[in-house]
Amino acid sequence: MCASTLAEIGPAVATGATRSAKQAITLSEHVIEIISDSGEGAQRCGQSFGAIAARMGNGVWTVEIIPAEIQPPARSIAGASGNRIRIGTHRVTNGGNEANLVVAFNEQVLLGRVRERELKPGCTVLLESMWRDHPDAGIAAAYRETREQLVRDGYDVREIPMEQECKRLVSDPRRGKNMFVLGMLCSLYSFDLQLARDQVAFIFGKKDQNVIKANVALLEAGHEWAESNLDFKYRIPAARATEAQIVVNGNTALALGVMASGMDVCAMYPITPATSASHYLSEVFENVGGIVHQAEDEIAACAFAIGASYAGKCAVTITSGPGYSLKQEAIGLAVMCEIPLVVVDVQRGGPSTGQPTKAEQGDLLAACFGSHGDAPKVVMAPSSIEDCFYSILTARKIAETFNMVVVVLSDANLATSQQPFPRPKFNEAWLAPPVNQDPVPEGAKPYDWDPLTGIARRFVPGQPNGMHTLTGLAHDRLSRVAYDPESNEEGLRHRSLKLAALQKSLKTPPLFGGEDGELLVIGWGSTRGAIEEAVGRLRAEGHQVSSLHLRFIQPMPGGIGEILKRFKQVMTIEMNWCDRPGDELIDASNRRVSALAMMLRARYLVDIDCWGEVRGQPLKPDAVCRVISNKLVQGRR
Amino acid sequence: MSTRAHECLMRMYLEEHNLESYQGSIPRWCSGCGDNAILTAVQRLCRDEKLRPEKTVFVSGIGCSSRLPHYMKTYGFHGIHGRALPVAEGIRLARPDLNVFVTTGDGDCCSIGAAHWIHAIRYNMNMTVMLHDNQIYGLTKMQVSPTSPKGLRSKTTPRGAFLEPLNPLTVTLGIQNASFVAQAVDWIPELIYEILSRAFHHKGCSFVRIIQRCPEFLPELLDPWLHDPNRTLLLTHEKGLQVSASLSRVYKNQREHDPMDIDRAREIASAGDPIPVGILYHNPSVPRYEELHAIEPLRTPELIQRGLEAELDKFTIWPQEEAG
Ligand SMILES: Cc1ncc(C[n+]2csc(CCOP(=O)(O)OP(=O)(O)O)c2C)c(N)n1
Ligand code: SF4
Ligand SMILES: [Mg+2]
Repeated sequence: MCASTLAEIGPAVATGATRSAKQAITLSEHVIEIISDSGEGAQRCGQSFGAIAARMGNGVWTVEIIPAEIQPPARSIAGASGNRIRIGTHRVTNGGNEANLVVAFNEQVLLGRVRERELKPGCTVLLESMWRDHPDAGIAAAYRETREQLVRDGYDVREIPMEQECKRLVSDPRRGKNMFVLGMLCSLYSFDLQLARDQVAFIFGKKDQNVIKANVALLEAGHEWAESNLDFKYRIPAARATEAQIVVNGNTALALGVMASGMDVCAMYPITPATSASHYLSEVFENVGGIVHQAEDEIAACAFAIGASYAGKCAVTITSGPGYSLKQEAIGLAVMCEIPLVVVDVQRGGPSTGQPTKAEQGDLLAACFGSHGDAPKVVMAPSSIEDCFYSILTARKIAETFNMVVVVLSDANLATSQQPFPRPKFNEAWLAPPVNQDPVPEGAKPYDWDPLTGIARRFVPGQPNGMHTLTGLAHDRLSRVAYDPESNEEGLRHRSLKLAALQKSLKTPPLFGGEDGELLVIGWGSTRGAIEEAVGRLRAEGHQVSSLHLRFIQPMPGGIGEILKRFKQVMTIEMNWCDRPGDELIDASNRRVSALAMMLRARYLVDIDCWGEVRGQPLKPDAVCRVISNKLVQGRR
Repeated sequence: MSTRAHECLMRMYLEEHNLESYQGSIPRWCSGCGDNAILTAVQRLCRDEKLRPEKTVFVSGIGCSSRLPHYMKTYGFHGIHGRALPVAEGIRLARPDLNVFVTTGDGDCCSIGAAHWIHAIRYNMNMTVMLHDNQIYGLTKMQVSPTSPKGLRSKTTPRGAFLEPLNPLTVTLGIQNASFVAQAVDWIPELIYEILSRAFHHKGCSFVRIIQRCPEFLPELLDPWLHDPNRTLLLTHEKGLQVSASLSRVYKNQREHDPMDIDRAREIASAGDPIPVGILYHNPSVPRYEELHAIEPLRTPELIQRGLEAELDKFTIWPQEEAG
């Protein structure tokens, strides 16, 4: 079941590897990892490799491999730093399954990836061989043992004298090896070397010509070495793109969205994995007149954003789980006072400090129901890198139309993954309107709630006749503190109504696959690519499975109830915890289900099952395939 | 001159500024509460400075004192406990044209919001901060505060407060970028006004601690100072406060203090009793965060588009011809 439809890749054994005899094996896709100690440049190598693939017209998805520590000890199992690049003939929507080929700068980081089961059994390993004769006998022994073990386990290990080859060109090979490797990979994947030279010139663009020259020389040396010494070669056919594409990770896409939405202020406090969005914004936001404010903590960041937004300049605050928890009280204030605010939560593993660099979807319920009392707010989740950009535009617009808090849930997977998407074409309608300073009409009230939609026009400081005091206390239409039962209910009712009004304007999300069938899989956020790939594969095998991906989770668009009825079984697949039905104490009366499953069950009264994984890694299509297959079998029993 | 600006000037000229222009709803503080004196002083200040009510924002946290914005007829933001300062900073950064005042209590500022207090001083953004220090939690009904004297019996320290109080003046004077630090007492309303007026005119974060009586919970706490004018020390200087003759007749304990002298200011702040009243420190040349880090006032769509396209260029892969 679920056999890969792709060409299976075994080690390519060519006899007497001469350059002319090498036949490129055609593949429809491959997953490549480049790993090193941190600081050795594997990340840059991987990103460049992905960018060259994109220039070739291939579908690409790259994911960073990040050690939890800043400077883990050299050659440590947990210290792997680098990149995973998935390249395909067609569009690639996720990081894929285990790696088919891995380049490792030492055997220890490689071991780490083997143990995490990130490498395909028997895959090709290009291993730096300098450790074999290391003066430290311990290191040399560790290297030899590991290599032998890997060979025994069936890996196709190729020892590559990277250091030695680079030494011919540069005095400090540690700092140039990554370009040598890049050249090797360009040869192995039959990339156009000129595109690779362009890419190198592009990444070192700010440096002087000598730096570019030195790196191009390393690139060419790597290419040449692989051409002459490796007996295999691949080709992943692609059609060159016909339109301009941009290649960025999810956090940069978020930041570009902030710029493009006309927001003025980003208030933040550093936290992994959200910070890189603010790093980038700090570089460039001033060019469009905006500012990044690094506050003293997340509470202050959120309060600062609220202050700016209250005063008429739409603001965003970007954070991750622990910071989101701290913001909760202030978010409630924005809800109560109906101040537009965009909050981005780039989710990581939780609870508490959890897994800072790892992906998880554990914050959904906190986002939907967090802050004490009833604090209705909009919650949306981008499902691709491109969507990270457009979600911010949408979020800003909704926040200001409905005077609401909009929470955008990204995660560590989107944050550090890159995927090319069509270059956005600027539209003035994306921008926030200028601050309204017109006099308020006589008799207008600060909370003139529309009885149908709950929306009240708000008065911004500077507007004559609009003077009033906003308060987080219960209040009446004049914004006076009011504890009487009617005022309190009236406020709660109208703040809640706004979600319904927004919901009426949302379209039912499209089904992926068929309109009905045996099983519907529902997901949200970054898992879209993996889920749809698995569903597509199983449908190709004749299974009646479809999927639905929610961009808006609160409010949930209409029409979903009808869809659910057309499927025999429904389940969610999420990257958060749900109790395993097989565990001895777990039964229907106590099973804790995944977040979205819980929300769907509550709303639609349908017995929706769920499957979740919290391994910190992005979902793999193969794993999703297995889950769906099992579920299909269960359903037929 | 354009008609619009002309009309504007006309309107300003015609507009009357009297106390009622700034009076919001009727204060609900206990009778004799020192907050009333502070409210009256700021209303007078607004009138005398002819502040446009729509251009003026009072920001507060939570506490008895934080109710003050409701009693003003300006814009107001009565937020959450301890967070008045960051809200006010966001407003200030967004809107250089507004007058920003902050009202906070000793619990609000010195306990739950203490981190923001330190950083607000360091940011030195243009705003007038009034710390209503009644040395007790009023709104929640008499719990010990960080400024409560040692031994004070409160609902949470029935056998007396354990610790020596924190001194808001020495703390503030110890923070980098402090630019205006003053102290007033609610029983000398004339000086609350004078000091707030100086604070208002200072461009930067003016921090004014106002010792405020809470007759509801601590009716006798400040009696020794009220009964003995010599236990109040007026700080005077040609660059600081000048005290009226009538006031000088009562408060004879006076001392020249140059507000530029931070070392003396710290000494005076540390002494504590007699209570110093006046401007302890004033340095008009400390840079302000909103000057160093400002939103571009003219953010045209063209500017944004240009900036965005330049960024997109950095990441763009243009369609390419197949290499030959
Ligand atoms: C997060 C939070 N914690 C606690 C409270 C309860 N609370 C309200 S006001 C206050 C203390 C007020 O004391 P202070 O700031 O000195 O103001 P005062 O009432 O004395 O003017 C407390 C603890 C709250 N509103 N919010
Ligand atoms: S409790 Fe104290 S501080 Fe609060 S209003 Fe009454 S007197 Fe004033
Ligand atoms: Mg108090």
